[in-house]
Amino acid sequence: MAVTLDQTIAQKQHTLLTRVFASQTFWVVIAVILACLFLSFATDSFATTKNIYNITRNVTFVAIVALGMTFVIITGGIDLSVGSVLCLCSMVLAVTMHAGYGIEVGIAASIATALIIGAFNGILIAYLGFPPFVVTLGMLSIARSLAMVASNNTVVFQFGPDHAQLLALGGGAWLFGIANPVLYTIVLALITGFILRWTKFGRHIFAIGGNEHAATLTGVPVRQIKVAVYMISALAAGIAGIIETGWLGAVTTNIGTGMELQVIAATVIGGANLAGGFGTAFGAIVGAALIEVIRNSLGLLGINAFWQGVFIGGAILLAVLFDRIRNFRRSD
Amino acid sequence: MAVLELTNISKHFGAIQAVNDVSLSIEAGQVVGLMGDNGAGKSTLVKMIAGNFRPSHGTMHMDGKELILHKPVEARQHGIEIVHQDLALCNNLTAAANVYLGRELRRGVGPFGILDYASMYKRAGQIFAELKSETRPRDLVKQMSGGQRQAVAIARTMLSQAKIVLMDEPTAAISVRQVAEVLNLIRHLRDQGIAVVLISHRMPDVFTVADRVIVMRRGRKVADKTIASSSPEEVTGLITGAIEQVL
Repeated sequence: MAVTLDQTIAQKQHTLLTRVFASQTFWVVIAVILACLFLSFATDSFATTKNIYNITRNVTFVAIVALGMTFVIITGGIDLSVGSVLCLCSMVLAVTMHAGYGIEVGIAASIATALIIGAFNGILIAYLGFPPFVVTLGMLSIARSLAMVASNNTVVFQFGPDHAQLLALGGGAWLFGIANPVLYTIVLALITGFILRWTKFGRHIFAIGGNEHAATLTGVPVRQIKVAVYMISALAAGIAGIIETGWLGAVTTNIGTGMELQVIAATVIGGANLAGGFGTAFGAIVGAALIEVIRNSLGLLGINAFWQGVFIGGAILLAVLFDRIRNFRRSD
Repeated sequence: MAVLELTNISKHFGAIQAVNDVSLSIEAGQVVGLMGDNGAGKSTLVKMIAGNFRPSHGTMHMDGKELILHKPVEARQHGIEIVHQDLALCNNLTAAANVYLGRELRRGVGPFGILDYASMYKRAGQIFAELKSETRPRDLVKQMSGGQRQAVAIARTMLSQAKIVLMDEPTAAISVRQVAEVLNLIRHLRDQGIAVVLISHRMPDVFTVADRVIVMRRGRKVADKTIASSSPEEVTGLITGAIEQVL
């Protein structure tokens, strides 16, 4: 009896392989790979160095913000303000540098802006009990408006003494011809993955998303963690804003408009659950990649760009459909 | 000596007297059934022991020392563990993760330590084995039966050196077979010298597993006697008020 009990307890129900096959992220990866293979054969222009360079770089802005959003979504929250925060942070950087300050000052001001906005969102949500949807919807409006105020709604394209450095930061390719934004994304994804899997903080984020009441009862500092996740989300948007500024070489007040929806789509396609409790860094990246591949392929295949929304929306529904089918099977 | 001793404890919320002048003591290795109708003051009493409420009057002593609690965390530091009625489990986490929730093991340096999965799986597995429960540490709680979920919640109380475990309606919403499992879990806690307070509506459970029964009605303690000297009929009478008091 004792032996069989110990054996039962020691048994692993899932092998690595069954877990991989059961994950939505895996099937999205397969979809991305198949789409890429198809496009390589169907068009001459897809598998070119230039196009791959473009795709990987275009993915990064949504991907970086999606990494931050993943934290928020795992706790069961949502951050609609990321597009506007990205814009505001870009503008703070641009205006600061345009005024003659160095790149370090510009980046510091930009990051500080992001953290303050994240803390503001987080405190309203965690301590005053505002619904995340409402708070971040308000911030969506506020942050973009502040960006207009900061720049007087002009386009900033001269970045003072460190102009060249900023452009190199976002537009260069310092390692093996890989675009800089891609390198940043890889580093940030590794950090995110590490935090989620290996730290107490990451574990508590999942606990809050799973059962917030239980997390509170077991002594998890729920409020502090909620503030932290909104700060991380805003920080990710700020970082993406800085990089995008360097890449574009100009900032307008409509940069990042509607980006929040793409970012949420990317995390959901990658396997995060809007009800909370699930999500991975890898999923966020893969989700962003799928969206970009769809966008890119429609252009290369000569399909009218107006169809883009249909395909991206379809991908969202299809990804979640897989998840539903698995759940149905499990409950049978 | 009593593990926990309550002396003339009262609690009122404004004009409402939820608990009125209750004294009781709980010994190590004893299972005490705490019974009473809804609104009798059981939950309020338990919440004072758990550190959720502070008593309006009266004192609590633990191992002879006065016990003053401001927060639930302090109760836990004193060796008072609670199994909540809804179990407070996260369905999206594994059994081991739930057992260690809020006090995860880490290896490495200071605040930068990483989660020690291996040790947590191992220790959780040992606790399940001690509890004689077929619960796998790596399984998600979502897929578990009611009895296994109870085992996970109870395993939490065994992580630290608990002296007293308060269980709020542990058998309220589970199947008959699982009730037997849970009662076995309670016996295992008792056998390790832990005092268990079992808050329950279910007469058979209390009479199966408890050594003593305390009955509350309208905020007062109306009975405190050994199971052997009582009967389900008497306790029912005490709960409803058909029998005024036996002390």
